[in-house]
Amino acid sequence: MREVKKSVPKKDSYGLIRGKPVYTDDIAPRDSLIVKVLRSPHAFARIKSIDTSEALTMSGVELVLTYKDVPRKPITRAGQGYPEPSPYDKFILDEYVRYVGDEVAVVAAKDERTAEEALKKIKVEYDVLEPVLDFEKAEGNPSVIHPEDDIFPQFDIGFDPKRNIAASYEMEIGDVDEIIKECEEDPDCVVVKDRFYTQAQAHVMLEPHASFAYIDMSGRLVIVTSTQTPFHVRRQVSMVLGIPIKDIRVIKPRIGGGFGGKQALHGELIVSLVTWKTKKPAKLVYTRREVFEATYTRHPSRFDVTLAATKDGKLRAIAYDVLWDTGAYGEHALTTLMVAGSKTLPMYNKVDGVRFRGKVVYTNHVPAGAYRGYGAIQGNFALESAMDILAEKLGMDPVELRLKNIIREGETSPIFKIMGEGREGTDMIIKSCKLEQAIRRGAEIINWEKKFRKREKRGSKVKGVGMAIAMQGSGIANIDMGSAIIKLNDDGSFNLLVGATDLGTGSDTILAQIAAEVLGVSTDDIIVYSSDTDLTPFDAGAYASSTTYVSGNAVRIAAEKMKKLIIEEGARKLGLGPEEVEFDGKVIRAKDGSKEVTLKELATVRYYTEDQKQLIADGSFVGPESPPPYAATFVEVEVDTETGKVDVLKYVSILDIGTPINPALARIQAEGGAVQGIGMALYEDVKYSSSGKLLTNNLMYYKIPSRLDVPDIHVEFLESYEPTGPFGAKSVAEIGIDTPPAAIANAVYDAIGVRIKSLPLTPEKVFFAMKK
Amino acid sequence: MKIKVKVNGEWKEWEIDPSDYLLDVLRREGYLSVKRACDTGTCGACTVLVDGFPALSCSVLAATMDGHEITTAEGIADEMEEYIKALASEGAEQCGFCSPGLMVMVYALKKEIENGKVEKNEEAVKRYLIGNLCRCSGYLGQQRAIFKFLGVK
Repeated sequence: MREVKKSVPKKDSYGLIRGKPVYTDDIAPRDSLIVKVLRSPHAFARIKSIDTSEALTMSGVELVLTYKDVPRKPITRAGQGYPEPSPYDKFILDEYVRYVGDEVAVVAAKDERTAEEALKKIKVEYDVLEPVLDFEKAEGNPSVIHPEDDIFPQFDIGFDPKRNIAASYEMEIGDVDEIIKECEEDPDCVVVKDRFYTQAQAHVMLEPHASFAYIDMSGRLVIVTSTQTPFHVRRQVSMVLGIPIKDIRVIKPRIGGGFGGKQALHGELIVSLVTWKTKKPAKLVYTRREVFEATYTRHPSRFDVTLAATKDGKLRAIAYDVLWDTGAYGEHALTTLMVAGSKTLPMYNKVDGVRFRGKVVYTNHVPAGAYRGYGAIQGNFALESAMDILAEKLGMDPVELRLKNIIREGETSPIFKIMGEGREGTDMIIKSCKLEQAIRRGAEIINWEKKFRKREKRGSKVKGVGMAIAMQGSGIANIDMGSAIIKLNDDGSFNLLVGATDLGTGSDTILAQIAAEVLGVSTDDIIVYSSDTDLTPFDAGAYASSTTYVSGNAVRIAAEKMKKLIIEEGARKLGLGPEEVEFDGKVIRAKDGSKEVTLKELATVRYYTEDQKQLIADGSFVGPESPPPYAATFVEVEVDTETGKVDVLKYVSILDIGTPINPALARIQAEGGAVQGIGMALYEDVKYSSSGKLLTNNLMYYKIPSRLDVPDIHVEFLESYEPTGPFGAKSVAEIGIDTPPAAIANAVYDAIGVRIKSLPLTPEKVFFAMKK
Repeated sequence: MKIKVKVNGEWKEWEIDPSDYLLDVLRREGYLSVKRACDTGTCGACTVLVDGFPALSCSVLAATMDGHEITTAEGIADEMEEYIKALASEGAEQCGFCSPGLMVMVYALKKEIENGKVEKNEEAVKRYLIGNLCRCSGYLGQQRAIFKFLGVK
């Protein structure tokens, strides 16, 4: 391979580092109306009256909108494929406000100050309602967060809003209760039952959500937005505002990070509404406070995990009972819940019985949504902590317990077929899985055998080691599609047009590498244009670890077609049959060496002088399966027994991602994921006041890892080849984040014998647990 | 009110409001490498040099800049070619939103090391750059590039 498995710089790197104006707010028209949103000060209230007259009379105020001025049409802002597995339970503006930060009114004004002044002039009287702030008390609570009757799911998702349930799901293979009962009664068996909690985490992509809209010369609505899903944005704006899809164009410029937080629509609907009404350009850039208060968090969760195993360490049954907090709206409620099972349970595929039961409840908190890991990280913390507890009970090394039970190449799990994303899944035989090798390699690097249960002391500090394994997916099988178009230019270069959405990961570059590899050309000869609904073909978007595998396969197919076309046209030019020539990326040559034409000559001829035609090819791909990448992570921590502070000394993660198309970019994904996961494990925590107001609404109160918080991280990719992936590739975006919480919690137990079952592992929590 | 500032080597006269922050004025005047990300002076994305020293432009009133010299990422990019290459070859700019602010800071750090004000070792470099947050890279790729650029062993 020449262009693949090569660390070429990102195509946009020079522009980005030099600070070129390429993000949404940088390129918004100078005369844009500035849009601001009045947000609810109450966790739950009904708007009794709202008076905008004073704001409207202010000079420079163009428009004020309340729920009375917008179409009442239930939607989901989730940014998923259609029909979405998330309930249609949100209105652009509503008479109910369901969390502190929910939209009350929209102002568009000539400048920022006027808009902010106008917000203050809107008089709202609220009928304050009793909020539901404890997700364990949400189900059946007398306070019904969604009392309205016009909300609905697209299909059965276990939606029961009158009981504050956004979605629910159950499945069982084998008779799990019977197996557990047998094991409880059998002295040769061990049963572990434990409860775990995970917290809300904030994405904190550096670029706040930003969108602007304008009307183009033919009267169409153009939306430029920092989104992961331009095609879903187009569809949803069309649906809510009743503007035909053909009259909407969505453009994604460069994006300052997303991590799932920009999968959904946030400002897009509002700027579209303002521009459509005023016919003027309008811009909405979220403040950091708004990003915290009024976008998304990770879903907080409670897991009751039961494991049953024989004394020799064979897992017999796994059962999860899960409670999931979706906050005020049910975006990604069902699917994140299901991923907590579908992307953890198959790791231990040799069980006799497995059960998953889960409910997603509404609360009056900031809505939860898609966030890197997407349920798997929550499930991973619960399962991999429980596995550690089981190993202890069995008197078995946790490494050995994993090795006895993990999934291997050529195997399957019934879960793949039963649990998909919001619906039934897809059967698959695992064709690439280096999990065993990853575990063995990680154990070797961390020096597991020398360190496990050794509890080396240094003053008040004690060292410990812990491990966890994980799997993720590569796109959503049989649902999400990616496509690509390649066209040849008259200098022999190619335009690659993809709907895929590079949100900073470098996917434009790796897609170019895939095309270049197929065509035998240099990545420099592939010019990428992505994510513009007028000019690029459809792609579901950048989520679910899909771009390399799904969009990458679409690019591979398009490039293969282009190669065939070049060979056909080249052969025709040479007066030969296609089977009589070969193409090396530069020259189409007769196999007998008798004659040749360069690609550049061929293109020039075809565009200017002879049998003129455009050489163009397309490719579409929807994954027939979603091959999982795997990780085995080993950490060494040091716990200060005087303060409870946990320091990660060494972090070793061995990954099977198939072929890394661009090893440098893959490494950054794995390292960046690890650091986000370490943040979640140790201190990141979205916190509310007793009345439901977000306390962690800026970067001083919500701490993300700084460079001094980053431990010694060792990331390694195993040689692995996924036959269904482009050049053997699977995904890398999410797998890196899954393991830190469980691995670190297990290491803390190894160090001090204290099991922390709720995240994050703050010094305070560790300290008080030690004192118990 | 009017201020006169020297931006990237060129004197400019700007009409500003006394309550304007430097960040907003710079962006208004087209210096769009200066990013707004946190609103609280916490993330470093808006870092510029004032008279050669790093400052968070979101927390500096433009009115106090009269007569001062301001340098943004646009003004040093050509000089920082080698650093840009190092960062790009690690793929560590990722989304790039924090990159211009970080580049300004690395530029200042290089000068400080040359002047003997900051030690040339990993710990000192990390400490100097602690205020530049990044959510994509996990910092390690950035640091590989920065250490290489500064010759930190």
